[in-house]
Amino acid sequence: MREFLDMGGYAAFVWPAYAVTAAAFLYNWVGARRALREARAAARRRLAAGEGA
Amino acid sequence: MTFTWFHRLGSPPYVYGLAQRLAPWCAGSALLLLLAGLWGGLVLAPPDYQQGDGFRIIYVHAPSAWLSLMVYTTMALAAAVGLIWRIKVAHAAAAACAPIGASFTAAALVTGALWGRPMWGTYWQWDPRLTSELILFFLYLGYMGLRASIEDTQRADRASAVLAVVGVVNVPVIHYSVTWWNSLHQAPSVMRLAKPTMATSMLVPLLIMLLAFTLFFVAMLLVRLQAEILRRERASTWIREALKR
Repeated sequence: MREFLDMGGYAAFVWPAYAVTAAAFLYNWVGARRALREARAAARRRLAAGEGA
Repeated sequence: MTFTWFHRLGSPPYVYGLAQRLAPWCAGSALLLLLAGLWGGLVLAPPDYQQGDGFRIIYVHAPSAWLSLMVYTTMALAAAVGLIWRIKVAHAAAAACAPIGASFTAAALVTGALWGRPMWGTYWQWDPRLTSELILFFLYLGYMGLRASIEDTQRADRASAVLAVVGVVNVPVIHYSVTWWNSLHQAPSVMRLAKPTMATSMLVPLLIMLLAFTLFFVAMLLVRLQAEILRRERASTWIREALKR
């Protein structure tokens, strides 16, 4: 396990590279879900406002 | 020959429903392939005879770089379709591509720098490949900035679409930069006409990762597309039905 984490001496470059990519995945996952949630909420408000008029 | 499928792809309710149904399947298969690719790339593949374990950065760098180009091309095509045929769904798809493409372009640049430091001895060089990829990142940012600065969605769609289409000239420049100019960056070892120049045990995890990243992009595109479609639809009865799901 220690050997694996050491990445043949390249740990300081390999793991940050994987961490940055994981961050890109996370940003997309969270961002896309939030965009859809907000768009659905905004559409609901518009529908409700239209009914009130 | 009929073009009904093409017409249906221009219909917001149809595309919204399709995106809603397909997104979880794409996300699920992307996740499974990611796990397989990570296992293959980090554990099963042997260390490189020159780069040791440092070469494993390729399993996140190359798929990120592939997405940066593929997503831009998709965005420019969607923008062109939106401009030419005035299809709202196409503009929505183009807008949905930008944040995904920008984030993976950033990942490609950073992972490339992290590979470059031990292998070339530098994080950054004003090299043709690196510089053109950085320009791609700024194109994405410019596209998103332009959209954010125009309040009217229809005008934002048209203005940003022109930028996306013009910027597409950068895509072949990036791809061929390593062949046209004397670049530090290596020539393609997978995306080439001849056989790949990698050993199978190293190549298979890379191909799995390329597929996983691509499916993840499609999943995120489908989710963002639903949001973009809702933003462009005003007081339609189908939205009432769609919001129940």
